[in-house]
Amino acid sequence: MKSNIYAFIPLIILVVLGIAFAVGLRNDPREMRSVMIDRPMPEFILQPVLEDQQPFAFFDLAGQVSLVNIFGSWCAACVIEHPILMRIAHREGVAIYGVAWRDTAIDASNWLQRYGNPYRKTGLDAESLLAIDLGVTGAPETFLIDKSGNIRFKQVGPISGEIWEQTIKPMILLLEAEE
Amino acid sequence: MTRITILAIVMLFFGFGQALAVLPEEQLSDPILEQRAREVSKNLRCVVCQNQSIDDSNAELAADMRKLVRARIVAGDSNEQVTQYIVDRYGSFVLLRPPLKRSTFALWFGPLGFVLVGGLVFWQNAKRTHSKSSQSPKTKIEKNPQIDEIMKNFRK
Repeated sequence: MKSNIYAFIPLIILVVLGIAFAVGLRNDPREMRSVMIDRPMPEFILQPVLEDQQPFAFFDLAGQVSLVNIFGSWCAACVIEHPILMRIAHREGVAIYGVAWRDTAIDASNWLQRYGNPYRKTGLDAESLLAIDLGVTGAPETFLIDKSGNIRFKQVGPISGEIWEQTIKPMILLLEAEE
Repeated sequence: MTRITILAIVMLFFGFGQALAVLPEEQLSDPILEQRAREVSKNLRCVVCQNQSIDDSNAELAADMRKLVRARIVAGDSNEQVTQYIVDRYGSFVLLRPPLKRSTFALWFGPLGFVLVGGLVFWQNAKRTHSKSSQSPKTKIEKNPQIDEIMKNFRK
């Protein structure tokens, strides 16, 4: 009878490990989603990418709901994300600002000319000063900023049609209604 | 000759071990501040490559983070303040030595738990086999007079 109890030990270990992995593997520390949420956008002034534009600074974001999109001309996933940004900006009228991260003004402006420009303003962050301040780990990353200048949502990786429709768009509508 | 060869080989390997991701132009001219920057960088995870420190990594973001660490040290931050600055932005995940807090208890004490459970199982097992081997001959094989008789005849 005693040996029967021992026979269950591997099963018990399997179940415990199964639960541990089910919890552990779902929770990807890479996403680091929560840290910057509900914090104010850091203060910054970035040089413009396009010659005819003014510098892009944190006070440009004041009083409106906006998206700040970290991209780079070197970034393959940004090309994939680009069409949806164009649609959001031009058909749905969302204020999107671009940060050309680890890029040069020439490369970034050529990229915008080639694919089209979804950004109201585009700033250059060649040495990751704003990127590190925002806890950016890769491009593209997109921050949703409310009217008071607080970060309310962070999308790591390209915005998909699904993420736009089900998450970002409803959040923007709610934030627009805030005072 | 052999000693010198061995020494040369050992030095060669140590030389490789210290090949720096930190580029010469990144380094601070003050060796004490540079040393502090190295110490801070060694405990900060490269968020692009995940399992290297920014001190070891050749990734561009790691290089920018090293510059930032140095800039803040030169500006007068303590090592802890610099580390906290990065943790504030990336979370405690960037620390290669995870801090002791509630969510990391399993990480810190899990291995000890495994050793204890393993030791308990081993001990129980050892006790069981030990008692078995000392008792079983008496209990299992009963004296059979017929066999004894046969053996006696056999020996004759």
